[in-house]
Amino acid sequence: MLHVVKKRVLQLVSVLFFLSLLTFILMKLAPGDPVLLMLEADTVAVTQADEEELRRELGFDKPVIVQYGMWLLQVVQFDLGYSYMKGKPVLDEIMYRLPATLQLTAGGLIVMLLIAVPLVTLSAKYRGKWPDHVSRIFALTGASVPLFWLGLLLIYLFAYKLHWLPMMGKGTFKQMILPSLTLGIGLSAEYSRLLRAGLLESMSEQYIRAARARGIPEWRVLSLHAMRAAMLPVITVCGMSIGSLLAGSVVTETLYSWPGLGTMAVSAIFERDYPIVQGFVLLMGMVVVGVNLLVDLSYGLLDPRIRSRKGELS
Amino acid sequence: MRTVITGLTRSKAGRKRWSRSRRSRLTTVGISILAVMVLLAFIGPLMVHNDPLTVNMSERLLAPSWQYPIGTDHLGRCLFSRLAAGAQTTLGIAALALAAVMIIGIPIGLLEGYKRGRADAVLMRMVDAIGAFPDFIMAIAFTGFLGPSLTNLMLSIILVNWIGYARVVRSIVLSEREKEYVLAARAAGCSSWTIIRRHLLPNIISPVIVLAALDIGKIILIIASLSYVGLGGQPPSPEWGAMLNDGRPYFQSNPSLMIYPGLAIMLVVISCNLISEGVRDRLDVKSI
Repeated sequence: MLHVVKKRVLQLVSVLFFLSLLTFILMKLAPGDPVLLMLEADTVAVTQADEEELRRELGFDKPVIVQYGMWLLQVVQFDLGYSYMKGKPVLDEIMYRLPATLQLTAGGLIVMLLIAVPLVTLSAKYRGKWPDHVSRIFALTGASVPLFWLGLLLIYLFAYKLHWLPMMGKGTFKQMILPSLTLGIGLSAEYSRLLRAGLLESMSEQYIRAARARGIPEWRVLSLHAMRAAMLPVITVCGMSIGSLLAGSVVTETLYSWPGLGTMAVSAIFERDYPIVQGFVLLMGMVVVGVNLLVDLSYGLLDPRIRSRKGELS
Repeated sequence: MRTVITGLTRSKAGRKRWSRSRRSRLTTVGISILAVMVLLAFIGPLMVHNDPLTVNMSERLLAPSWQYPIGTDHLGRCLFSRLAAGAQTTLGIAALALAAVMIIGIPIGLLEGYKRGRADAVLMRMVDAIGAFPDFIMAIAFTGFLGPSLTNLMLSIILVNWIGYARVVRSIVLSEREKEYVLAARAAGCSSWTIIRRHLLPNIISPVIVLAALDIGKIILIIASLSYVGLGGQPPSPEWGAMLNDGRPYFQSNPSLMIYPGLAIMLVVISCNLISEGVRDRLDVKSI
């Protein structure tokens, strides 16, 4: 197991190195001079000398490779620089926005589980009958509906036509419902398809037959014995689709003016606030890579059959 | 006991056959929807002579009429013409991205799988690193630093997605190159180029088609979503996602501004997904 962890951590470092390189190159390619942008943000008259001084201070007169080294050293120390527009450290802004995004993703995941798990359990119990068809049609349409469109339809129906829920914003529980629903429904399509495949596969295993032979009631067999094994591919997908979760949260946040990291990144892109964009990209890359590492490590915990095979995970 | 078992297997086989025919029927549905959409996109503009970009404030938010089959938007532009032009933009960009992805990914996969060696190890490291990023982070990075536009969005999609093709092709070539027919070809004096082209290439066609069918729907959704957020197609351009973004303030009074572009995206993506399922079934590719 330790060998696996070492290998994965090395991989993580190489991925992060690549991400930093990409971000740095894109930063350099970005139109506009960061020095001028920073000076303009101060709204004081700019002289040539000021410009030169700031350029030297930021190390822009040195060779690119040295600049990259200096920048990397800062990033490793969690110094992501200052936002051009907000005039405060990027890390502070990210920390300020993070809880809202976490709240939204948690809400989305809860909705997803509330939809996918019962739907899939029913479809496995009544395989080939109408609950199964319903769940498959749901998975197909759900995977094809653009998330933002689903959100707009929900807003139209529940906020505008029925006046049940507020249209946007964050704060009350009611304002939480529509964004969570949007994100959760969007995610549950993908999950229910995979969960169904996993559940049906584990239903045909020997230990299910053994559980039935022991006289354990069918619902228990289904929801405890088979589901546990079926969760494994779902956790993999959880890792694989962390990207779509984050993408979904950006779209959902924009849709509901949710004050999270997604809206921060989008508005920073329009304001050309590169340090914020850079911080967002680095953070998201780290989250994706980190979650995938955790997923790999959690296999052993969930499936005793893998735990006993030592160090085979790759 | 025996009869029970045979009954079970028979019904299972029957169900399998039934589900296969149902699936091919679904594929037909997918192809028909896509064909209708493409026809509308190309023949529609010939029947409805409205410019998708001309602003006409005196005719804003009109109800459907003979001149405007599904009405006009908040700037008096013909909604139908915009949808048709949007189909060309969205589908065109998606097709272009897919073509680029294959042109980059397949040769790299072939070479890596066939030649292996140190270059392969380095490339695979790189492939792993890029492959770890979801399309959307790459898209945010590209549009964030280089400015929001469809071109930058497309570049980011290409940069992430060629990996899938390189990986699949490489893994197939890695197993095929050990087989005896390749050895025989080499013994007969074929050059590496001939072996790759005539003996290895045919093996990768089905998986690549399946992958492409899966990807196209995904790419269309990404383009539309990022355009909705404002990072793809920019306002006057009639991209479907951008159209939804553009007309958002008018949805409450004029839901048709919201319903048609979204419906268009959904129908195209559903038909792509249906087709990809059918293709996977027909070509019998299970690994993807």
